[in-house]
Amino acid sequence: MIMTTTSYLIIGNGAAGATAAETIRQRDGQGGITIVTAEAYPMYSRPGLAYVATGEIPPHQVIARTPEWYDRQRIERLQAEAARLDVRARRVGLADGRSLSYDRLLIATGARAVPPPYDGGELDGVVYLDTLDGTRHLLRKARRARRAVVIGGGITALEMAEGLARQGVETHYFVRGSSLWSKVFNEAESAILEEKLSQHGVIVHYRTEVSEILGNWRGKVRAVRLKDGTEFKCDLFGVAIGVKPHLGWLQGSPLQMDRAILVDDYLQTNVPGVYAAGDCAQVLDRWTGQYMLDVLWPSAVAEGRAAGVNMANGRVPYQKGIPFNVCLLFGLHITAIGQVNPHRDAADEAEEFQAISRGSSEVWFTFPRHYSSAWAAKGPNTLRLVLDGNKVVGALIVGEQSTADALRDLIEYEADVSGLKPFLRADSDRLKCEILKFWKSGEWRERPPIVISRSF
Amino acid sequence: MKQWFIKLWAKDETATAAGNGRVAADGTRCVQCGVCGYNCPMGIPVRDYARQGLTVSDDRCISCGQCIEVCPRGTLRWES
Repeated sequence: MIMTTTSYLIIGNGAAGATAAETIRQRDGQGGITIVTAEAYPMYSRPGLAYVATGEIPPHQVIARTPEWYDRQRIERLQAEAARLDVRARRVGLADGRSLSYDRLLIATGARAVPPPYDGGELDGVVYLDTLDGTRHLLRKARRARRAVVIGGGITALEMAEGLARQGVETHYFVRGSSLWSKVFNEAESAILEEKLSQHGVIVHYRTEVSEILGNWRGKVRAVRLKDGTEFKCDLFGVAIGVKPHLGWLQGSPLQMDRAILVDDYLQTNVPGVYAAGDCAQVLDRWTGQYMLDVLWPSAVAEGRAAGVNMANGRVPYQKGIPFNVCLLFGLHITAIGQVNPHRDAADEAEEFQAISRGSSEVWFTFPRHYSSAWAAKGPNTLRLVLDGNKVVGALIVGEQSTADALRDLIEYEADVSGLKPFLRADSDRLKCEILKFWKSGEWRERPPIVISRSF
Repeated sequence: MKQWFIKLWAKDETATAAGNGRVAADGTRCVQCGVCGYNCPMGIPVRDYARQGLTVSDDRCISCGQCIEVCPRGTLRWES
């Protein structure tokens, strides 16, 4: 009797791709698993690059799987760039001319940093915090640099500014608006963070926008020109203006795409046998009822796991969690969960287009239907809740983090928090105490989260 | 002798192990950065446990709490 084995092809070796491969191997001991990756490294932690930039860990420490791990899992790792998808022939064409066949395909190509939309982006001294090679390059450049300008709103820009300042470079952070990351932080939160930046020697310039990067005769960054026409001298230019899902190679394919590849609750695309997960996939978000993009590491891992289960003959709908991220910026812990936009609606916020920043979710920027909010502060420790009627739908916690797990659960479960309403205007200690009491009571667990599966 | 020395060196806030002295992890917070294992005086690959939400069960663990202290994402805590 001939036993046929399934061939699994995974494009991308990040959080989603590597997790999917591991999951498939757990379920299918015989199938052939191949990961195609454009980078030379085994899977590494992209969020960890921030700690490489600050010097807390050496570059190699972010590598999260060894070559031996791939061997033990019998996962073939191929360094190549995917260039074409032929769904009828079930083949992926590589840039070097080879092509690979598949029974089941996972597209986990992630996202890539957006370059500056003006001249000078190719000059020596323009750096990114997006890949391991790019971060190594940033560190090499920082060793000799005297003055850096960092642009971008979002976590990566802040991480880059922190890293460069810690490396001893005089660091200037140019912000287009009048506060930091106004889609996520309110003015008070922005002020606390700005104070921390100042304490670490980062100089923040508001309402400052670059229009061109200027180079010297050797092709190195020597200054930037600002929108007001003046020049600002610098020899390092850090770009963190967001990322875009890497989809160019899928032009002409029949995959349904919006801002990323659309997938159903089984992480399958509209083409049977083709799945997508991670920063290149748009998944149905049950809180907003829309297909949304999370550029979050835990989301990528969870999506990779779900894709792996369903690719290996499982039929388990993906339970998308509420998008959350916790980060440590300039010594300050910040947790963002759910719908955290401090504005009531789109009309309320200043127009500020930027591609999505790593470490965030499109869900964060959306607005609940019946918006209200609560705010409590004690020094640099703040708590902001966003409510939709009787449910907490978002939380932004700065500093002291004791309520983070509780709020994540209450938001995830769409808990009715009417019992907390009398305390929403209480002082910080009282409000946090009541939240923890409410959470520990467990009454909110009586109604399990609503799950409706959808498939294409 | 070396273990006693290492415990003295560990930071005050987490030098005293709480609970049963074992390090537990919330796998959904872990970003696999490796800061934990890099700071482990015993060379335990804490990341391999943390990313899977497993309690560190390596015999070499001396419950110094360094990994809990340095984790930038709040992934690790004492098991209660």
